[in-house]
Amino acid sequence: MSAALLEVRGISKRFRGLQAVDNVSFAVPPGGIVALIGPNGAGKTTTFNLIAGAMVPDGGSIVLDGADITGGRPDQACRAGIGRTFQLVKPFGALSVLQNVMVGAFKATADRVAARRAAWEILERLGLAEKAENPAKTLTLPERKRLETARALATRPKILLLDEVMAGLRPTEIDQMVRAFADLSRETGLAILLTEHVMRAVMALSHHIVVLHHGQKICEGAPEQVARDPQVLECYLGHAQAAERPGA
Amino acid sequence: MRASRALGLSPRAAAALGLFLAVMLLLPFLVNAYIVSVLVVVLFAAYFGQSWNIMTGFAGQLSLGHALYVGLGAYTSAALFVHFGLTPWLGMIAGMAVAALAGSAIAALSFRFRVGGVYFALLTIAFAEFTRILFDHFGWVGATEGLFLPVANLAHDDPVRLRGSPVMFYYLLLVLSLAALVLSHSLLDRRVGYYWQAIREDEEAARALGIDVFRYKIAAMALSAAMTALGGTLLAFYDNNLYPDTVFAMGRSIEIIIAPIIGGLGTLFGPIVGAFLLTGLGETMTNLSTYFEISGLKQWFYGAALLAIVALQPSGLWPWLSRALGLWERRR
Repeated sequence: MSAALLEVRGISKRFRGLQAVDNVSFAVPPGGIVALIGPNGAGKTTTFNLIAGAMVPDGGSIVLDGADITGGRPDQACRAGIGRTFQLVKPFGALSVLQNVMVGAFKATADRVAARRAAWEILERLGLAEKAENPAKTLTLPERKRLETARALATRPKILLLDEVMAGLRPTEIDQMVRAFADLSRETGLAILLTEHVMRAVMALSHHIVVLHHGQKICEGAPEQVARDPQVLECYLGHAQAAERPGA
Repeated sequence: MRASRALGLSPRAAAALGLFLAVMLLLPFLVNAYIVSVLVVVLFAAYFGQSWNIMTGFAGQLSLGHALYVGLGAYTSAALFVHFGLTPWLGMIAGMAVAALAGSAIAALSFRFRVGGVYFALLTIAFAEFTRILFDHFGWVGATEGLFLPVANLAHDDPVRLRGSPVMFYYLLLVLSLAALVLSHSLLDRRVGYYWQAIREDEEAARALGIDVFRYKIAAMALSAAMTALGGTLLAFYDNNLYPDTVFAMGRSIEIIIAPIIGGLGTLFGPIVGAFLLTGLGETMTNLSTYFEISGLKQWFYGAALLAIVALQPSGLWPWLSRALGLWERRR
């Protein structure tokens, strides 16, 4: 992990009385897929916002590909190579699906034809091609989540931050998305940092898992390792149940 | 054919636009002087609406004080002409620069301090109003007494000095409105147009896609202000007299925004359609109101039209009209 693509070093964020993120460190290697998990309110989305420049950390630093991007604006983070999705989706409702993705593609090129071509490729990869001409506001929620991903991908990020993009999908759709992301990462060397409540996706996709609880990192490691960690079981299932679990 | 493709029109829409242009070109030969003067008012409304539409329709930043830029363009070029004999075409450029600067400064001030939405709109009114009061006391440009351009009775129109008949202004405005149409279309088709629309739809998402929102908003404001000021110069040389209380009037700011809203906010043809319908019928109302001695019929009509559109066709007349006529509108 020495030559990490994204390195988060001891970041913290406090909201009034609440320590939302408390001295959290982790790293994502080039081409790696890392999941950030934890119960509601653990600080996952805040961590995302800190990395993507939507919030400024109170302490710590964020290094992307050797460059310190701590405290930069969201558009600067994007230009540095961070592509993000929003948990509460934010489509450009009046624009078509294709135009939505073209907005992202315009980061890499000012040429409309090239942006259009790049957007098409991404729509096809994510199975949104047949909706390309529809206004984004007509999409269903799972489709909007895919559009979020497509738009972020179109900026050609070095690392993609996925904030619960599988929520509300059917199991078969989840498997499709998992396959799409795994292929993408393998074929293009794209690194992915994701938060997800759908454990099926987390276990299938991630190489490495970081567990947050009350803003602190309580554990990290390979998926099978984390799934057996008593502290993780405790924060997910509660004290008594974890103790009762045979073999835990 | 190439021109129609450049505008992204279907053959049917290109034919409709061609027909409309042909009619507009011939119209001054077919109608009397009064109708020409009404058409000049229509074209002013269309052009100012197109200019405002770039900022509010495309980039989503509500300005309720565009009379400010009309006034800055009008006063700058008129004062330079009266005092130094500077040709209005250079004065026009100076006016555009002044307006662009003022617009950028207002935008920079507002957006730096995160003044957005309704509060930004209020700020645009405030700047227009206090500029009006400032000009009321600005002796060099006549203050409340007004600034007058010498009326020369020329045998021929003199486009170089912008002295001439309403027909000359009619054609100038027609060219200007057409240029604004081509420019708007070309902007929407480029990265800047996509970015403006993204900002209009969701600023936070736009930012996450690498868009420097602050810069693009200022660019929209500066361009919109400069275009409006250009129209202001024509207005000054058409009217030949300028009073702060009419040039910078709040009522003018409101009239500028009604046509694009009725016609279709953010669309290419909305401001033009809105101007024809509204100003055309509005002028009729003014006449009826004089004839029947009922005051304010035009204002009643504007209010009713606005209510009807908001209630029945909130995206404006043009999207509906283009569908009804089988024309193709790219957006919305």
